[in-house]
Amino acid sequence: MNEKPEKLINKKGLRLDGRKADELRPVKIEVGILSNADGSAYIEHGKNKILAAAFGPREMHPKHLSLPDRMVLRCRYHMAPFSVGERKSPAPSRREIELSKVIRECLEPSVFVEYYPRTGVDVFIEVLQADGGTRCASITAASLALADAGIPMRDLVVACAAGKIDDTVVLDLFDTEDKVGCADVPVAFMPNLNAVTLLQMDGILKPEEFEKAVSMAIDGCKKIYELQKEALKTKYMLIEQEEEVEE
Amino acid sequence: MPTYFEKKQLVTPGEMLAEGDYLAGSNTYTEENKVYASRIGLADLDNKQVNVVALRSFYFPKVGDIVIGTVLEVGFSGWTVDIKAPYTALLRASDVLSRPFKPQNDELSQVLNGGDLIVAKIASYDRSHDPQLTVGEPGLGKITRGQIIKVTPSKIPRVIGRKGSMISMIKQETGCQIILGVNGVILVTGKNPEDEDLAMAAIQKIEDESHTSGLTDRITQFLKEEKTGGKQE
Repeated sequence: MNEKPEKLINKKGLRLDGRKADELRPVKIEVGILSNADGSAYIEHGKNKILAAAFGPREMHPKHLSLPDRMVLRCRYHMAPFSVGERKSPAPSRREIELSKVIRECLEPSVFVEYYPRTGVDVFIEVLQADGGTRCASITAASLALADAGIPMRDLVVACAAGKIDDTVVLDLFDTEDKVGCADVPVAFMPNLNAVTLLQMDGILKPEEFEKAVSMAIDGCKKIYELQKEALKTKYMLIEQEEEVEE
Repeated sequence: MPTYFEKKQLVTPGEMLAEGDYLAGSNTYTEENKVYASRIGLADLDNKQVNVVALRSFYFPKVGDIVIGTVLEVGFSGWTVDIKAPYTALLRASDVLSRPFKPQNDELSQVLNGGDLIVAKIASYDRSHDPQLTVGEPGLGKITRGQIIKVTPSKIPRVIGRKGSMISMIKQETGCQIILGVNGVILVTGKNPEDEDLAMAAIQKIEDESHTSGLTDRITQFLKEEKTGGKQE
């Protein structure tokens, strides 16, 4: 879809990929798929395909970056050269550096960083295929990777975006909608604590549209959260059943 | 004061476990009088205390733990030791020599060199200092013979079994000495390598099948079968 479509929503109220305004793309999540990482997760959010791996807590290298009172969380968001239509240079771009920071800051409130002073945890996020909303899918996967590494957390962080296309507020924009549409509002959320850890806005929205977008994104987050918990539990489900037999 | 879980229910980080007059046990935390899980694991209620048995965790040093470590580096007045924790541990020369250490008389690399394995106890550890080890007790010190097997630290209690049933059974059946490091490293020393291999195979089996029921019985049977099988060959 290189040509700019004139309308993003057809007469029936359906979007270019046939979704309704408040419908998510199909999401598939798997946990613990990399044997060399302490924790890992893989997410397919629509056409997005993202791998996340967590290492640690381990000694900080270089040592002078460690903090005396808490653990340091480091994130690296990276897009593979083949993840987008036009080859992307593998060197970290301005956008990737910014996203790394944004993702780190939205995960940090969920982790008990004060438990493990002078240590570091590294999270590596590799986007294998991108189709809009990679930062949200990355956050969802990265949080699972941390949980899979056994790092104590307040809650899982889940993210979802909402935006405005053709004067309608819709949930979970994909690439074309993101580029052609009017606005994009990614939200990261901790459902059990009812706390927002990331809120960005790209574009122009009226105040009431913004409020609608945020509440829509949070509803989307809650739906993905169920899938996220399910994915984490699936890996350990077998263990639980067998443990019950023993009782 | 309700609880929101059944015994041994699988819970994820952030799941609310109880509300009201409950205490937060292992792998849980409280906020606004509610108890939440902080790790993936199995929830359990012990009197008023809510615990989660973690299914994923890592070794974190605690004073008094017996660990097995690898010497990383020989320093000026001691050694740095890898104990598979987020921190490297320190072992002081005066502790090993059990007398004041004089740099002009003692050559540290002749006592312990890089790559040597030691059984040690964590003598001190707090938030601002790296763990310090001691070998000044019987059974501790440099490992001179035997074999090493590494398991996930959270599975050490499984290797021990209820009141040590599993470990004493393996010791009896194979005639091996087994030292368990709380950090997930296990030392097996036997009269001959065959005995050691057998004990290691049993421990590996425990790690692979640690969540199945009747494990002690199955390991006993496995050891007996292996022993008779070995004789026939």
